[in-house]
Amino acid sequence: MSPDALNDAAVLGGNRIPFARRDREYAHASNQDMFTAALDGLVARFGLQGERLGEVAAGGVLKRSRDFNLTRECVLGSALAADTPAYDVQQACGTSLETTIHVANKIRLGQIESGIAGGFDTTSDAPIELNDDLRELLLDLNRTRSTTGRLALLGRLRPGQVVPAIPRNEEPRTGLSMGEHQAISTKRWGLTREEQDEIAVESHRRLAAAYDRGFFDDLVTPFLGLERDGNLRPDSSMEQLAKLKPVYGEGSDASMTAGNSTPLTDGAAAVLLSSDDWAEAHDLPVLAHFVDAETGAVDYVHGESGLLEAPLYAVPRMLERNRLTLQDFDFYEIHEAFASQVAMTLKAWQDPAFCKDKLGLNEPLGEIDREKLNVNGSSLAAGHPFGATGARIVATLAKLLAERGSGRGLISICAAGGMGVAAIMERRG
Amino acid sequence: MSADRYQALANSALGGAVVKRLGLPAPPRLERHEPGMPVVTGPVVFGEARGGHLREAVHEVMRSIGARLVDAKTAGDGDDRPAALVFDATGIDSTQRLRALYDFFHPTIASLKRNGRVVVLTTPAIEADSVGAATAQRAIEGFARSVAKEIGRYGSTAQLVEVAAGGEGAMESTLRFLLSARSAYVDGQAIHIQAADSVTVPEDWERPLAGRSAAVTGAARGIGEAIAETLAGQGAEVLCIDVPPAGEALAEVANRIGGTSLALDITDAGAPQRLADHIGERGGRIDVFVHNAGITRDRTIARMPPEGWDGVLEVNLSAQERINGALLEGELLGDDGRIASVSSVSGIAGNRGQTNYATSKAGVIGMVRALAPVLRERRVTVNAVAPGFIETKMTEAMPVGTREAGRRMNSLIQGGQPVDVAETIAWLVSPASGGVNGNVVRVCGQQLLGA
Repeated sequence: MSPDALNDAAVLGGNRIPFARRDREYAHASNQDMFTAALDGLVARFGLQGERLGEVAAGGVLKRSRDFNLTRECVLGSALAADTPAYDVQQACGTSLETTIHVANKIRLGQIESGIAGGFDTTSDAPIELNDDLRELLLDLNRTRSTTGRLALLGRLRPGQVVPAIPRNEEPRTGLSMGEHQAISTKRWGLTREEQDEIAVESHRRLAAAYDRGFFDDLVTPFLGLERDGNLRPDSSMEQLAKLKPVYGEGSDASMTAGNSTPLTDGAAAVLLSSDDWAEAHDLPVLAHFVDAETGAVDYVHGESGLLEAPLYAVPRMLERNRLTLQDFDFYEIHEAFASQVAMTLKAWQDPAFCKDKLGLNEPLGEIDREKLNVNGSSLAAGHPFGATGARIVATLAKLLAERGSGRGLISICAAGGMGVAAIMERRG
Repeated sequence: MSADRYQALANSALGGAVVKRLGLPAPPRLERHEPGMPVVTGPVVFGEARGGHLREAVHEVMRSIGARLVDAKTAGDGDDRPAALVFDATGIDSTQRLRALYDFFHPTIASLKRNGRVVVLTTPAIEADSVGAATAQRAIEGFARSVAKEIGRYGSTAQLVEVAAGGEGAMESTLRFLLSARSAYVDGQAIHIQAADSVTVPEDWERPLAGRSAAVTGAARGIGEAIAETLAGQGAEVLCIDVPPAGEALAEVANRIGGTSLALDITDAGAPQRLADHIGERGGRIDVFVHNAGITRDRTIARMPPEGWDGVLEVNLSAQERINGALLEGELLGDDGRIASVSSVSGIAGNRGQTNYATSKAGVIGMVRALAPVLRERRVTVNAVAPGFIETKMTEAMPVGTREAGRRMNSLIQGGQPVDVAETIAWLVSPASGGVNGNVVRVCGQQLLGA
């Protein structure tokens, strides 16, 4: 099937709950509570009560084992028709851009006419597991039939086994946290504290300005008393950020602080996609179209690549396929996992050696106009509930394109496991 | 809703006896509309002053609603007591002939059931043939309002309906409303029906708003929520509007009633345009617009900060003007368009500590009166409701003394419910209410304040 024979996948809008810092407003909200709220807000905005959609695809990183069918449970608890199917996806920080790709692709193929893509994560209501010793003992106990055997097993109980296993923000294969990984890249790319803090200040300033002008009025629905992202500091300044001590990296040039890294965050987000026909039949305007996407990964375990470098490779492959240059965009949404990741991305694409040796390009990809980058702020200000960030960005970019009237936008999201997800969205004039 | 404990007590067996013994006012239990309920729950007695011209039109409406018309003399007792008394007073052309009112109501009024209805039909004084006729027609208003005060303690109400020449065929939606339990807390009102070229008769009077789109501001809670719910219940597709911070409750309301939500601060400079764009993108028109959003910032004028004045005037009045402007300019109101505004009894009577609020609410009345003749040419109507004491979270927070006084100082000896305001709005915005234009209808149980 040639791309021309495919349907267009339209983004009609989005809804998210304000993102909250860990253990704050959403301390007692579950993933299910949050994503159901995000869904219901979306349903209300578009009058989808009782509507059977093609599918709802969503996911989160920190999930309890009993939540295997969480998205489906959320659909059943929402105002959507109960015969709307759903499934869960997990691709770390790329989760809800990946679910957007899934839904968009099915729409493009004509398999579904409409769908919701989204994601969620709670770092507050996190799953806590039994520690492995105790878990194995209990499973053995279950398998043992004889009383004496059971008594023997119970004799193996130790106080230390009570300590639960709490999910950790670290790569299983390296034992390093994401921040520690990025600190290595920060050093290697020679990124300064100042350029990172600048990105952070700008993110807060722009997100606050976007809220002030009502940009998020139809993208965010308050939840549990929170009206704006809890992490947002409109008065954030270079002076203030300069006071913070580095939290990742070692030595005098350590530059990654709590101010230029995203905090642990709770939240959920959803995006409504459909075919153009479905949108027209429902009297709903199309904000933008979802054009193409590329998911990549790098070998950060054995190779030289940093953990968060996958988008550096995925984006040029996607550009090549679409015969576009890096400068052919009106908006760039580069997820701010860390300010340093954004600075690294920009630097790498301007670096002739990296572009030639790693990307196999004769010319560097070149510069990005900073005025077009994360124009309404990004994760440093909004916070970053892993699974929800992609959907937040897709909805934001779609509305930006609709406001502009026409144009093209690029999304780049780095993810744990050395992965990255990128996408192109477009609004034809 | 907040609990009126006194009313519950007065309506209990033991409590009722005590209340009666002490000679305290006993608030009646008001019947309210429920799906499937008939318009009137018993026979209707029709009477007229000789020379009246509404007999035919009234009879037609009675046939339409399936009411059993009986003669004053044959009205039964017990369960067969009349549920309504309807009197055509248009024939009264001199003050001497006002006696016809006495002659009809003196023997019949005591037979009226609890939650009964009295409707007196008159001619606008301005249309009367002589000074004597005009005097007599105007005099009837005093009669109707006083009857209302006499029968209020039984949960019964009395209203006057002034029917202009050419309005005879436009009475049905109004008579249905006033005779039914939907008008439970509307009492002692004078309603004007203007000449209407054509009146849209709904296929189903339980769902007169089927196929119509409606927008309600301040829809996240309280009276606005009830309006959205009632309009949706009568078939409308409702766009629920409220400020962004109310988004969570707003989404809940929209989902419950199968409507849509729009987070919008109506006082924003860009709000009328955003609203117009939204309506334009989603179907292109709106049939009904209800201006309900309102705030209070109570302070005496000497102590009021400037933002207390500005904020109330902005939300309660200026924003409505700008939105109306955008709707009319963009031709976004559909055929038979309807605008309804929520005013307040404070806007009629004034209220201590509410110079800002009363100014805004009186302004709403001015706006409605001034717009009505202009919109009439477009077949659009604009009306206002003026709620009195309505049981909401806001009144729940009032000091006990003020709250009790507010509740009791009316003919029905109780506060109204948000649904009472909502039902009144639903009647005003019905496609069948084309003859109801420029009215300000109080929903106050005939509150003692403000005439």
